[in-house]
Amino acid sequence: MVAWAVDAVQGLVALVLAPGVVGLVRWLKARLQSRRGAPPWQPYRELRKLFAKEVVVSTNASWLFRIAPYVVFASTTAATFLVPFLAVPRPLDAVGDLLVLVYLLLLATVFLALAGLDPGSAFGGMGSSREMTVAALAEPTIALAIFALALSAGSTNLGQIVARTLADPATALSPGHLLAFAALFVVMLAENGRLPVDNPATHLELTMIHEAMVLEYSGRYLALVEWAAALKLLVFFSLLGNLFVPWGVAVALTPGALAVAAGSVVVKFVLLAVGIAVFETRVAKLRLFRVPELLSVSFVLALLAVTSSFLAR
Amino acid sequence: MAAALSPNLTSAVFLVMVAGYLLGAVGSLAAASPAVTRSLTAAGALVGAAAGLGLAGMVLVVGAPFAVTVPELLSPGGGLALRLDALGAFFLLLIGVGALPAALYGVGYTRAYAGRYSLRWLGAMLNLFLLTMSLVVLADNVLTFLLMWEAMSLTSYFLVMTEHDGADTAAAGGWYLAMTHAGLALILTALVMLIPPGPGSTFAELRLTVATLSPTTRSVVFTLAVLGFGSKAGLVPLHVWLPRAHPAAPSHVSALMSGVMVKLGVYGVLRFALDLLGEGPVWWGGLLIALGAASALLGVLYALMEDDLKRLLAYSTVENVGLVFIGVGAGLLFAALDHEASAVLALAAALYHALNHTAFKSLLFLGAGAVLHATGNRNLNELGGLIQRMPWTAACFLVGALAIGGLPPLNGFVSEWLLFQSLLPAIASSAPLVPPLMTLAVGALALTAGLAAASFVKAFGIGFLALPRSAGAAAAHEAPASMRVAMTALAGLCALFGVGAVVIVPRLAEMLRGYDGLTGQPAPLAEGLSLALPGAFGGMSPPLVAMGLVLAVAGVWLAVRLGGDRRLRRGDTWGCGRIGQTARMEYTSTAYAEPLRRVFAELYRPTEDLTVDVHPESRYFVQSIAYRSEILPWFERYLYTPLLRGVDAWAARAQAIQSGSAHRYLAYLVIALLALLAITLARSG
Amino acid sequence: MLLFSKILRTGIVTEPLETGETVVTLGRQLDTRVQRLLGRALAVREVDAGSCNGCELEISGLTGPVYDSERFGIHFVASPRHADLLLVTGPVTRNMAVPLRKTWEATPDPKLVVAVGDCARTCGVFRGSYAVAGSVDTIVPVDVFVDGCPPEPADILRGLLTALDRWPRR
Repeated sequence: MVAWAVDAVQGLVALVLAPGVVGLVRWLKARLQSRRGAPPWQPYRELRKLFAKEVVVSTNASWLFRIAPYVVFASTTAATFLVPFLAVPRPLDAVGDLLVLVYLLLLATVFLALAGLDPGSAFGGMGSSREMTVAALAEPTIALAIFALALSAGSTNLGQIVARTLADPATALSPGHLLAFAALFVVMLAENGRLPVDNPATHLELTMIHEAMVLEYSGRYLALVEWAAALKLLVFFSLLGNLFVPWGVAVALTPGALAVAAGSVVVKFVLLAVGIAVFETRVAKLRLFRVPELLSVSFVLALLAVTSSFLAR
Repeated sequence: MAAALSPNLTSAVFLVMVAGYLLGAVGSLAAASPAVTRSLTAAGALVGAAAGLGLAGMVLVVGAPFAVTVPELLSPGGGLALRLDALGAFFLLLIGVGALPAALYGVGYTRAYAGRYSLRWLGAMLNLFLLTMSLVVLADNVLTFLLMWEAMSLTSYFLVMTEHDGADTAAAGGWYLAMTHAGLALILTALVMLIPPGPGSTFAELRLTVATLSPTTRSVVFTLAVLGFGSKAGLVPLHVWLPRAHPAAPSHVSALMSGVMVKLGVYGVLRFALDLLGEGPVWWGGLLIALGAASALLGVLYALMEDDLKRLLAYSTVENVGLVFIGVGAGLLFAALDHEASAVLALAAALYHALNHTAFKSLLFLGAGAVLHATGNRNLNELGGLIQRMPWTAACFLVGALAIGGLPPLNGFVSEWLLFQSLLPAIASSAPLVPPLMTLAVGALALTAGLAAASFVKAFGIGFLALPRSAGAAAAHEAPASMRVAMTALAGLCALFGVGAVVIVPRLAEMLRGYDGLTGQPAPLAEGLSLALPGAFGGMSPPLVAMGLVLAVAGVWLAVRLGGDRRLRRGDTWGCGRIGQTARMEYTSTAYAEPLRRVFAELYRPTEDLTVDVHPESRYFVQSIAYRSEILPWFERYLYTPLLRGVDAWAARAQAIQSGSAHRYLAYLVIALLALLAITLARSG
Repeated sequence: MLLFSKILRTGIVTEPLETGETVVTLGRQLDTRVQRLLGRALAVREVDAGSCNGCELEISGLTGPVYDSERFGIHFVASPRHADLLLVTGPVTRNMAVPLRKTWEATPDPKLVVAVGDCARTCGVFRGSYAVAGSVDTIVPVDVFVDGCPPEPADILRGLLTALDRWPRR
């Protein structure tokens, strides 16, 4: 019972924290650009404003355009609830494992891609086409990285992977894990539309991938889509943080352990945010047709990760 | 219960099935008016398919035995022998699942054929097609099997040729006929190699004979069977008939061919590998995995580039058959390595995927047929805007597209999850070459999944959304009731099979007990509402995932409705302030797939042809530009075209024999006679 | 790593926004509810209705480190559907009259319009030209005018904050 309550609470807290994480990355990038920038809680203000604005929908758009933001948000939320933030093992582990999480995120991508095509604008079509290309090419890397982790943990169960690494700390430094981390880091950049794959702050439609699909959304729909994007980033942060560096995750459901877990999760998020901000400041955006090369590199890393995990058994 | 049911009830249901199909065939031939023909066709097929489902259900669920022999019929070959075991029953179930909606759909769909094509012949062939397919899985001796297999191929050939005046129909029929008979030759050889000396040739006797054969012979038989049945199933490189035949056939026939008939290829391989041939070496499974992975990847890559909706679906069938064979291969591989639990899981995953494919591929073909029926067009570049004009069809097609894309919570997602999970244990295996093979298979599987999702986003997004790109699409209307009911039923099945995996998959695992030496107690594949893998490798709960998603969508919608602003205003699509919007401004299907076309350009090798016509007086004034780009599939360019050219060349040379000179022919006769005399003398001497 | 050592040496260069000459005038009475809603998180869509790009150059300085509009919660967006405020420049030329109107219609309510530059208010030096349709307030309702040819980025920023009722500083 307590476990279910903890699961529910941690999911809801993640929902609430997600815009803050995006705001933190933006604030850090602003500081690295020698300017003050908006405070890290700016996305909350933006979301509140968006929920109060009118929605303008194209006359060509169908019901799919109107339900897509809900489906995108719902499936990203479902994926969020599958991620272990604070404690393992979790009752929700029996509902879905790492593969289910990946497919839930793919569901969100597909609906957003369809919604980009619905109003019939060229921008939406272009964004949709590019997004599906990147998503399709990132799939093999994700699958192999998952398997590298699952091989050493003996399960694709998220809680199990965390528990196994906690029980045997040496595996965290194994080549398999490190390579899988590198591969998943690249995939995180690709799937979340970060530099060098996609520039989240661009205004040039020809350089957009994710943004081009949402150009038609306004008001509460836009708020849901933006929040879902922030949630997706949070999910990836949690996977990178808690699966590969699981120290701090509570094994027992005591208040003390949970407090430590909360603190460690925050620390990991901040570190990852700093990592992304620094990385995005350093690199320039890749041409669209160089992105498959980057994704092939991550695929090779994942392949090596699986091989190392297998050899290390 | 089983004793009480057998054999009278099962025989009765069997007779109802045969009678239903036969009466449907005869009735459609004899019917007076087109409307009566259509109804009788559908009625016969529905009765037959329902009875088939019932029979399959009785054998699978209750375990009632069913066997019928009619030695008088075709006695020189051993007579007609039928038996339904668990494996056959599963495929009979699959036939029923595909046939019922297709038969119903045909009522509305074939109305447009009245006066143009022969409804009587179509109805008769449809019923005979379904009957012969059912008898293939019931066949228990060599003669019955081959006879029914050939009858199935012939009836489906006639069905493909229904719209005989189509531009590519004749060529499609030709390819289909040639390849199915090439497959038949291979299957015939394989079966004949297993026949014992003596009169009988039932499968039971074949099993006994197999024990006496050398491993090499068994491997040869296996390879022949894989190639022969693989050509029916659509395994690369023997799949080339699929993208030609399926678009040419009427849509409900395409649904049956893609959804059901190719599974009989899988059935054939399983019958040989699991049942007749018994345990085999590891490379059998490896061969199937390699062929399956190649089919999956090539199928989806070509599907992605297709603009013709039905050809896209046909290539997607090649892809899914590849996935099924990956599972079958993994199962055989694990069985050979004595990892029983993993073998059962992999085979169950493969069969489950086959069932799911029947459901969603039939749905997609029926939807494509509705689109064709309403717009007269299959080309995605000329469709669009159908979601407003055909809302019901669009919703059903969306369900099918989400299912085939492997998205939660539908059935395609669960079977892909199972396939992944069945491959994973092998990466840790100690047998040589197995880990790298499996790793590559997993990579191929993942890439296939991603690309399949992309191709179906393209198919649904370009075909149904935004503005119509042609007059035909703009004039589309919703499909008639019979078609809608059929599609809705299949859409419901997609959801049901997904959520019901916790019931279906363990049942499949139990069904596989006894085959291929898998005699151990199967690990329970489900615990409560979750699928639980052997060795606690992972688990997931399809019903809970589905419920979670539905609750999440409802919850978010409710929260926004109560909390946020509710204003909504309609306006123009944002186009940078441009005045007006036409369909020319939308993305096309070719454009959608263009990034992936560039990424995989080495594989596709597209040919490009650019013609620029300039004004005769000045070369700076361009009058017209024509651009043509074509992708000739790999196997056709490098395998089939040279092969056909070689056959042509040899045939031209051989034609020299037909010189037309009577003297030459007399000389041939004399030489043949002398040769026969010489041989007879040599043999008797 | 040279990049990061340079970043560390440069530090934060954003200048505080001082009170300047009054080049900002109100176009019409502003709704306080709207100002409160948009006050802290403003999305701006820039529309060039035929300007000479002098104002655009100044506007592009707004997102830079020195003027940093983002510290006030003001950021630029790629689509009027995402926008709360249209930043319009130029004497509206005939070819841009309809697009400007369409951009305004594509923006969801509540929305504001700030017209930047002398051309936007009085058509500037292009007044009376055959190519000019009229000043911005003849096409869309304008809330704030910022005069100048071109106005400094600081003036534009003050104009934006006036539209949000956040200037003068309280």
